[in-house]
Amino acid sequence: MTTPVLEARDLARTYGRGATRFDALKGVSLQVHRGESLAIVGKSGSGKSTLMHLLALLDQPSAGQVLLDGTDAATLSGRQVNRTRNSTFGFVFQQFFLTPKTSVLDNVVLPLKIAGVAGAERKRRGMAALDALGLADKAKNDANDLSGGQKQRVVIARALVGEPSVIFADEPTGNLDTNTGEVVEDMLFGLQRERGITLVVVTHDEDLAERCDRRVNVRDGRIVGAQDDQTDAAATHGRHSA
Amino acid sequence: MNFLDLLKTAVANTFRSKLRTTLTVIAIFIGAFTITLTSAIGTGVSNYIDTQVASIGDTGSLTITKAVETSTDSGPAKYDPDESSQSVNRGPASFAYLSQSDVDRIKGVSGIRSVRPAVALSTKWVEYDGAGKYVVDIAANAGELDADLAAGKQLDDGSSAGNQVLLPTNYLKNLGLGSAKAAVGKQLTIAVDDYQGTEHTVTATVVGVQNESLFGGGAGANAALTDAMQAAQETGKPSSIATSYASATATLDSGASASTVKSALSKDGYTGQTIQDQLGQFQTVINGIVGVLNAFAVIALVAAGFGIINTLLMSVQERTREIGLMKAMGMGGGRVYTLFSLEAVFIGFLGSAIGAGVAILLGTGISNLLAGTVLKDLPGLQIMQFAPTSVITIILVVMFIAFLAGTLPARRAARQNPIEALRYE
Repeated sequence: MTTPVLEARDLARTYGRGATRFDALKGVSLQVHRGESLAIVGKSGSGKSTLMHLLALLDQPSAGQVLLDGTDAATLSGRQVNRTRNSTFGFVFQQFFLTPKTSVLDNVVLPLKIAGVAGAERKRRGMAALDALGLADKAKNDANDLSGGQKQRVVIARALVGEPSVIFADEPTGNLDTNTGEVVEDMLFGLQRERGITLVVVTHDEDLAERCDRRVNVRDGRIVGAQDDQTDAAATHGRHSA
Repeated sequence: MNFLDLLKTAVANTFRSKLRTTLTVIAIFIGAFTITLTSAIGTGVSNYIDTQVASIGDTGSLTITKAVETSTDSGPAKYDPDESSQSVNRGPASFAYLSQSDVDRIKGVSGIRSVRPAVALSTKWVEYDGAGKYVVDIAANAGELDADLAAGKQLDDGSSAGNQVLLPTNYLKNLGLGSAKAAVGKQLTIAVDDYQGTEHTVTATVVGVQNESLFGGGAGANAALTDAMQAAQETGKPSSIATSYASATATLDSGASASTVKSALSKDGYTGQTIQDQLGQFQTVINGIVGVLNAFAVIALVAAGFGIINTLLMSVQERTREIGLMKAMGMGGGRVYTLFSLEAVFIGFLGSAIGAGVAILLGTGISNLLAGTVLKDLPGLQIMQFAPTSVITIILVVMFIAFLAGTLPARRAARQNPIEALRYE
């Protein structure tokens, strides 16, 4: 069995202390395999976003470990964590977080700019990412002048531009109407399969969760049910990546 | 993110909210504008004084006067016939005169090569070739100082030089001497009255014409003419009146330190002043005024600094999610800090560069205008001069102030937690 690209071991995350203490996660263990799409499903306040933040190294667990390709993330330096988030991970958020009064292309190449990639190379890769999402003709537009669906495609292009191995998507279609949402989902899953990217989707949308290879349900800071089809899916993907 | 990208991003961010940036830039502009102008005035005036001093040339001379002590801390000073300002027998004196014995005593001070007492020449009138008599004051022994010549030569104090006179450019027209070049070589008739009221005349040759300046305001006589005029005006002097002088000019030995000689002189009851000392008093006043104006400008800049803090705090607030996103995408806190600091520095640069630029344009215009009108009598005085080093220093200092002002907002931005920032509504 290959090393999972991401693994959570007994993760716990507590906010506050004393009377205001709140346990967002109470010991979650989870494996994410290379190339699979995993849905983390739960109601709001269930701890699913906290779990994603911990897996994406945006936050540190109060207890437990996150393993990245078998390495404990706690042993990484701040710089290494930043570099991992920059080039190994891609992010798609519910809100688009596009910088207004800035061109679509500039928004897309932001991760490359942070990574210190040179201007010409940045432009080439940015245009390639936009092209993959069918937005090459919008490159020069102001990011604010796009429709919701277009914006989310720009966001996906931005997540893809650094050629990450894992994309985290937090309610990627939450702000879109059903039809547009489906188009965006098709693109996201298409690219994921095509490029062998691992996709971690956080959602409360049952339809979106159904389209993923595997799902885990989070309730009150714990993973519930779903254990049966996890082994099944893991086996499938073990074969895929082998 | 490499530095060039940070810089470009900072500049682009600055222009994203144009109105806010403009207002902050105006605040800095006012400070930088004022401070550039005031420092230009300082530079202009001190440059002028420096060139005047340079035109005088030799600085190894002291003007010596008798120190007046009419009172002590505990009331009137005791009468001392040797020390009193009244001890020179020349009628009631309004200030202390130097007698011949004083001059001899000064000669004895080590470091002084020669002493020439200042002779007061009381010229009655001056005439050129029947063109009319004019009142012209002639300074004695003017050959000691090098004049800023418009034509001709410097005065010659040699014994074989004959009577020579140096005139300023603005005297030529009335005296009927024509242009500066034409005036050189012409003979003037100079009249003085003696003690009996009898008029004596001497003739002198115009050897040079000097530009008007702070020190070259009048006509000057060489040693020969001084002696001739003094001899004429002292004809019939009562023997009871001793010759006395208001001041004396001492030439220092080469290598003698002016300050050592000055302290030796003050021990003997004399005051010695170099040209620089005399100008120093003038310059101190100018520097005081410039200093006060600069202080106001600095206050304006400090106020502008708070403007920068405010602008950037608002910007950090507005761009919380953008900062969160950049941090989520792996941008380090240090880079975020640098980005916001650069924005502050760029705002500072804009304000100070525009302020200094406008000040230079406006100041040069005003200065030229003044030089042609109000300050016409002081040729060569450009009241505002913009030294590149001081302008660059001002811009750099303002940028540094802006950087300091940006520290607080930049720290706040750098410490944003990406999750909190992204959740921020």
